[in-house]
Amino acid sequence: MSAVTGQALPAARRRHPAASGGGRLPRALHPVAWWIWACALATAASRTSNPLLLLLIFAVVGVVVTARRTDAPWARGYRFYLGMALAVIAIRILFRVVFESGVSPGDLIVFRLPSIPTPAWYAGVQIGGPVSLQAILSATLDGARLACLLCCVGAANTLANPKRALRVLPGALYELGVAVTVALSVAPQLVESVQRVRRARRLRGAGGRGLRALRAIAIPVLHDSLERSLRLAAGMDSRGYGRTGSATAASRRLTATLMLAGLAGLCIGAYGLLDTTVPRAAGLGGFAAGSALCVAGLALGGRRVSRSRYRPDPWRWPEWAVVGCGLATAVALCLNAGYNPAALNPGLSPLQWPSLPLLPAAAILVAALAALAAPPPPTAIGAGR
Amino acid sequence: MIHFDHAGVQYDGAAAPVLRDVRLRVEEGELCLVIGHTGSGKSTLLAAINGLVPHFTGGTLTGRVLAGGRDTARFRPRELADVVGMVGQDPLAGFVTDTVEEELAYTMEQLAIDPAAMRARLEETLDLLGIAELRHRALRTLSGGQQQRVAIGAALTAHPRILVLDEPTSALDPASAEDVLAAITRLVHDLGVTVVLAEHRLERVLPYADRVAWLPGDGTVTAGDPAAVVSQAGVVPPVVELGRLAGWDPLPLSVRDARRRAPTLRSQLPGTPPVAHRCAHTDRDAPPALTARGIVVRYGPLIAVRGVDLTLRRGESTALMGRNGSGKSSLLWAVQGSGRRSAGRVSVAGAAADPADLPPAAARRLVGLVPQTPADLLYLDTVAAELAQADRDAHDARDAHNARDVHNARDVHDARDRSAGARGRNAADGRGEAVTARAILDDIAPGISPGMHPRDLSAGQQLALVLAVQLAAAPAVILLDEPTRGLDYQAKAGLTAVLDRLAARGHAIVVATHDVEFAARACDRVIVMAEGEIVTDGPAATALTASPTFAPQVAKILAPLPYLTVAQVAAALDPVPAP
Repeated sequence: MSAVTGQALPAARRRHPAASGGGRLPRALHPVAWWIWACALATAASRTSNPLLLLLIFAVVGVVVTARRTDAPWARGYRFYLGMALAVIAIRILFRVVFESGVSPGDLIVFRLPSIPTPAWYAGVQIGGPVSLQAILSATLDGARLACLLCCVGAANTLANPKRALRVLPGALYELGVAVTVALSVAPQLVESVQRVRRARRLRGAGGRGLRALRAIAIPVLHDSLERSLRLAAGMDSRGYGRTGSATAASRRLTATLMLAGLAGLCIGAYGLLDTTVPRAAGLGGFAAGSALCVAGLALGGRRVSRSRYRPDPWRWPEWAVVGCGLATAVALCLNAGYNPAALNPGLSPLQWPSLPLLPAAAILVAALAALAAPPPPTAIGAGR
Repeated sequence: MIHFDHAGVQYDGAAAPVLRDVRLRVEEGELCLVIGHTGSGKSTLLAAINGLVPHFTGGTLTGRVLAGGRDTARFRPRELADVVGMVGQDPLAGFVTDTVEEELAYTMEQLAIDPAAMRARLEETLDLLGIAELRHRALRTLSGGQQQRVAIGAALTAHPRILVLDEPTSALDPASAEDVLAAITRLVHDLGVTVVLAEHRLERVLPYADRVAWLPGDGTVTAGDPAAVVSQAGVVPPVVELGRLAGWDPLPLSVRDARRRAPTLRSQLPGTPPVAHRCAHTDRDAPPALTARGIVVRYGPLIAVRGVDLTLRRGESTALMGRNGSGKSSLLWAVQGSGRRSAGRVSVAGAAADPADLPPAAARRLVGLVPQTPADLLYLDTVAAELAQADRDAHDARDAHNARDVHNARDVHDARDRSAGARGRNAADGRGEAVTARAILDDIAPGISPGMHPRDLSAGQQLALVLAVQLAAAPAVILLDEPTRGLDYQAKAGLTAVLDRLAARGHAIVVATHDVEFAARACDRVIVMAEGEIVTDGPAATALTASPTFAPQVAKILAPLPYLTVAQVAAALDPVPAP
């Protein structure tokens, strides 16, 4: 018996090299787990402007994405997010250099741009002038923090199939999820249509520029997409989309009322929490009441929808572990305990090399453990072609 | 199972009802074939079965339509989803999700089927349609036949008792179409599903049909026994035509039936057909109209066309065949010069330059291409505006052309001269008057009102309009990418006649097509491609009789005799004197 297993195992390993690590079966992690992990990391990143910590977060996100992404189309987009992150940093620096270069006495002036005088009624905005090293550095760090947030969102999109993530929406919001899914699939189709029509236009001997070209491309593409969406709508209708199930008109009205009241409560609560003149208790109360109403509305709305889910993503210990790793990082950077809070946002004057606070650094490294906690991604057989 | 009880449909603002007083009964487990010309109301009839007409499309339904005992007037399509499965012509347009498995599960999710049952049904359906190995694939990466089978599977997982299919094989190559039809007949025979199917190429489906519903075009429906209805209807597949010619009774509907009757007919026929399958206009003396050498098209790692050599002669009409994705379209686009070409040269008679090196306006005067979706070229509000624009384009291009003084005589005019017996070039005609697009259109498809919107034309009329637009530039070589898609028998006969006339005027024609019957009627030469290479290239008579997949029905029935069309058989039988 054992001899048989002994022979079978290496063969299986050879076939699935990804499966050999730890002997765990490859499967997709629950998309919500990845989203929570990524949001937690983004929260952590927003708490600091320490370049060392930000770099560490970049590195952690990069490692986890590289280790646990699939070869599906949406998983190839991380490079795009990285490019966008670099662009954000560049734009931030550019704006800082051109528009606001308020110089304080101790600043190190790197170069001077020709200053353009602005009219008196437009005072406050200065174009050009001396540019200090401090200004450039602070813009870089600001940009880096924003870029870090962007990379975290990108990581979530790369690691979790965005369409599967939409599937976990509560039943009452299902229609919304489908609308988003369909909208997402329209974009690549439009690109395809435009390419096809542009190519076809050459057959009529016309170039690809000018107002006439725009019309010649836009009209067939619009006709095409309109026809396609009508066909899709007909297809979805005949396949049972939007079956009302057992909902009565009264229950539908009740759901709508609950949802609207809940949303209003949430708005009031958010206002109360953000405006310091409003007592904190009122804000919290409004928030809690709004949430409760929304949950009730969703639950009631979900009850009227009769729908089942094919192969729902399971939520097991790896999901808990990934969520835990992310939350640990966020909590460590939010608590300001166990380390000097000033180390998270080191000052730029006087200029000095930032110190690396040990506890936050360790906490960020904990987030990298998600790569080990998550099971290896499934290898999509033949999905790429 | 399906019952139309004096049903009628009239769309809002239409002058006449699309359907009127339809009385039709389809019993459980039947395969009902719906035939009729484009615009006769086939799609309306099919959509009325699951209530898309009138709930989705609008319009007024009179009388009653019952599907599985439910009145479609009271049940919306979504509430009939567990009874009627609907599969459209373009499966890709109807897909909601993006992988095969999720797509198959979608309908079941809507019907709230228990997850365990869902899993089991999905596996069954994968096996039933032979798509198990595709389960994780993205829908967009599948071939047309695979997509169509997935679409059928997606409708089937809900276990509907009725399956409605609107031209499921119109875009498929012969082999994929056979796969899809095999899957459908399996459903009818093994599962007892009631199938209603609309199809233009009846030769494929007729043998399997239990009932035929014919829409003559006046809104009525004549339904009944296939042989009886088909002989009443104007549209008949070659097997029926041959059966009528040979006087067989009852009329055979399948190649198998006909072949069992054929021995006597075969013995009467001479070993070689007395006439060719079509009147050839190929000009073998003139230099080739187009020569392509070593054409390579690659998209990243994918090699679509692999070093193809192609020589086209004046007056020759060539069918380009092969399965979906074998590189037919890529080859046509590369030859025309507008598409991607990674390597290779093309030279056109009378032109110094390769069309790919010329600006588009000059390239289209050498080689004209009608793309797979002709409507992509149409963007104006009326037919007249399109035609006028085509004339302006052609005129501008001609001026530019003459200004550059490239030695390229007007090939069409040149060819006309030859056909009129005046061989040689007429210098005065070289830059002479142009034929207007309107005149060409009237020649191809007379009677298209100039005020109509191009999008309101039928598929055949749109094709004719785009062909006229392209011909206005007077290219010597015309390439058509799957023009027969969605055309009914009449429109196909019209297209055959048009191509015939163009060939007679000396155009070199290439038609990419999946339709072997069309190829047998309209083409002198057949090229079969596979994996980006040419695997067969020869006269239609030999190429079409050599392979069982690409053989027309008459050839299948009369093999080993090399007959392709019923007309050939008629010509062979006619002069036979009585013994």
